[in-house]
Amino acid sequence: MKLFSSTTGWLLLLALALAFPFLAGNDYHLTVMSTAYIYAIATIGLNLITGYTGQYNLAHSGFMAVGAYTVGILTVDHQVPFWIAFVLAGVVAAAIGFFVGLVSLRLKTHFFSIFTLCVGYIMYLLIEKWESLTHGTVGIIGIPAPPNIGSIDFTEPRPQYYLVLFFLVLSLWIMHRIVRSLLGRTFMAIRNGDDLAQALGINLMRNKLLAFMLSVFFAGLAGGLYAGFVRFIGPGVASVEHTFDMTMYMLIGGIGTLLGPLLGAIGVPWLTQYLQVLQDFRFVVFGPLLVILVIFLPYGIVGTWMNRKRRKEALAAQAAVPGSPREVSSIPAAKGATHA
Amino acid sequence: MELFLQQVLNGLTLGGVYSLVALGLTLVYGILHVPNFAHGAFYMAGAYSAFFIMTKLGLNYWWGMLGAAAVVALISVLSERLVFHPLRKAPYLHHMIASIGILLFLEAGAQAIWGADFHRMETPYTQLLEFGGLTLPAQRLLIIGAAFLLVALLQLFLKKTITGATIVAMAQNREGAALVGIDANRVAMLTFAIAGALAGMAAVLYAPINLVYTSMGNLVITKAFVIIVLGGMGSVPGAIVGGLIIGFAEAFGAFYISTDYKDIIAFALLVLILSVRPQGLFAKGAH
Amino acid sequence: MLEIDSLTKRFGGLAAVNDVSVQFARGTINAIIGPNGAGKTTFFNLVSGAIAPTSGKVVFDGRDVTGLRADQVARLGMARTFQSTTLFDTATVLDNLIVGHRLRTKSSLVDVVLGTKRLKDEERICREKARAALDFVGLGHVENRIAGDISQEERKRVAFALALSTDPTMLLLDEPAGGVNPEETVGLAKLIRKMAASGLTVCLIEHKMDMIMNLADKILVLNYGEKIAEGTPAEIRANPVVIEAYLGSEHAAA
Repeated sequence: MKLFSSTTGWLLLLALALAFPFLAGNDYHLTVMSTAYIYAIATIGLNLITGYTGQYNLAHSGFMAVGAYTVGILTVDHQVPFWIAFVLAGVVAAAIGFFVGLVSLRLKTHFFSIFTLCVGYIMYLLIEKWESLTHGTVGIIGIPAPPNIGSIDFTEPRPQYYLVLFFLVLSLWIMHRIVRSLLGRTFMAIRNGDDLAQALGINLMRNKLLAFMLSVFFAGLAGGLYAGFVRFIGPGVASVEHTFDMTMYMLIGGIGTLLGPLLGAIGVPWLTQYLQVLQDFRFVVFGPLLVILVIFLPYGIVGTWMNRKRRKEALAAQAAVPGSPREVSSIPAAKGATHA
Repeated sequence: MELFLQQVLNGLTLGGVYSLVALGLTLVYGILHVPNFAHGAFYMAGAYSAFFIMTKLGLNYWWGMLGAAAVVALISVLSERLVFHPLRKAPYLHHMIASIGILLFLEAGAQAIWGADFHRMETPYTQLLEFGGLTLPAQRLLIIGAAFLLVALLQLFLKKTITGATIVAMAQNREGAALVGIDANRVAMLTFAIAGALAGMAAVLYAPINLVYTSMGNLVITKAFVIIVLGGMGSVPGAIVGGLIIGFAEAFGAFYISTDYKDIIAFALLVLILSVRPQGLFAKGAH
Repeated sequence: MLEIDSLTKRFGGLAAVNDVSVQFARGTINAIIGPNGAGKTTFFNLVSGAIAPTSGKVVFDGRDVTGLRADQVARLGMARTFQSTTLFDTATVLDNLIVGHRLRTKSSLVDVVLGTKRLKDEERICREKARAALDFVGLGHVENRIAGDISQEERKRVAFALALSTDPTMLLLDEPAGGVNPEETVGLAKLIRKMAASGLTVCLIEHKMDMIMNLADKILVLNYGEKIAEGTPAEIRANPVVIEAYLGSEHAAA
């Protein structure tokens, strides 16, 4: 792995992110970016189960809502300190994920997606109807922001921005670790095919469950952050629309890469910001865009670029090996084979 | 007793609508082997087409229904040609995402044109019939009658015509059908057209009762999925029986247990059954 | 090495594999042949744990593995390849193989998040094993090629390498020479003999009669899910039941 393009690239992004509040025009921009970061964390989680492990979880925004409501209910109704509630947001989401995963991960991929679609709806309906717990359609208001650290006041946009950025960087770092490791390779082997993965000694259930729980843990934490940031939540947080948004981010950026979903999660909201008229009708454009991407650019922008780069590197390395056959010996067998 | 029979009527009504939607979905599943998440948007498009025909063009309910069937059949076939056909060799994930893309486009499009409000669809069948102490709204009777008729016609078509038989054959084994020389493309288009027409008509039947709004397809389609998973993907009898079961479960559940949580019933059933039998209730062979 | 005892699998009323018993000795090359639909791949699936038998026993290296999951059987030392090889087409060949040794590693999520020494060591070992496996199958020079660009024959070898990197004692190869021309088939046969020579027990399903007759120590013939013959290539070639059921038309075609 060429050091130049990866580590320096990431450091550059980090520098930009740190400098953003000074480059941005006003507080509104900070808010947009912070919200984008929060959804980026959730999208990175979704990417783990869908992009890397091949299971499309349509309840992802439901789990994000679980995290948000955990924080909301605990802090507002039970006066639990924010950070404890925040950690619990991830834990509760992961716990529910355990049970959902246990039942659903045995199912074939599209059964799994249908099942999770239903689970997502159940979550939404429960949040809406279970008024004694969730305040129903009214939602929960007055969620406290994270408590001050010294003089840093997290009700102010700039500290909020840096806090969220901190968690985004942390999430990316952990996900990077996971994805690069043997564990990440295990997930990808599963995505490639259940049968082959099993033949390689991979315990399907345990690994799928792990990937699923990790991914909804991220979603739960993102939800918790959302609650402490926006300070008011309603059943709409669980709407499956958000999962579709995140799918959009992943696809544009590049499913199954680390950079792709991040860029998508940041770029797309900004795009819709500028095309204000698009806001409510964004799906008139996003819908066909999803279709076009999936047909013509299934690896997304980042993914396609990375594949091209990898190919160049491979050819260069090939040329450098003495005695290796220069030409491709026969017709490559991989046309039309399943994509990574 | 009357209340009970009233719920039976409701169950039949719901079941009829669900069956029609599920039928289209299950036929398409047989071709795609992937659930078409856009099917709910087809349903919605049917309602809006009829609405447009009836309000803007001033035609009556039956023209609305016919128009809806035609429009949605067209949308459905276009989806097959432009989206699903190019993706036929791609992994399932791409199919699912593409169908969601279509769904989002149709819903957002409808909202852009007609707004997010609820609309009323007029029907000439507003009478209430009295029979044996029961109140039988004519529209509900129409739904039940139309559903049965359409299902019967479909069954006849699938069993008695060659084209119908090829659809069934393809739904069960696409490669085998191709080997025997069945033109997969034409069958696929026809299946999508039929599925679309059924969904569109179901929407026009139910909309006078339930109003027209852009997200009207969401719950219906999710329940349709429950139905075909339980009844067996690709199984026509499964879709019909499943539709009736869910319809009754909801009608009785709404009345005897709670109206608030009635929508959860279908999903709870799915969760329950798949937990115990991951292959669904009527699955045949390996999948 | 492998003892199959009255193995049977029914799907509904149909017996895909019916009361098959056979023994495969350590270090030998064994071929399973039969007309299409004879149940050969189902047989492999039963042995490797991909599906559970309706009745019968599978004893692997002295251990009863009947009904164990495929990943458990793989961990006990039985590796297999499939008719169609799915690889990560956008990654390099070497990259594809690293996960092969995963089953022998112990690193957990904690190791991953903390970046422990154990993880680093195990990843290094996996990479070394991958390289060794690739060298063994004679493809050391393509380790940096993109997997989607290599030829069909090379793909088959990579599939072997993947199976080898699990450190198996036994290998089940499902149509290892599928889609490969006659010259390349000879090369693959040599590779298989090399695997057996290094101590592995090999079972393969194949349709290419020339390859099998020259390669196998023992041949098992299935038809309609039942064993109709078993023996050395010479015995099988002369067996009238086999010839009638299968060999005659196949030999003319092959």
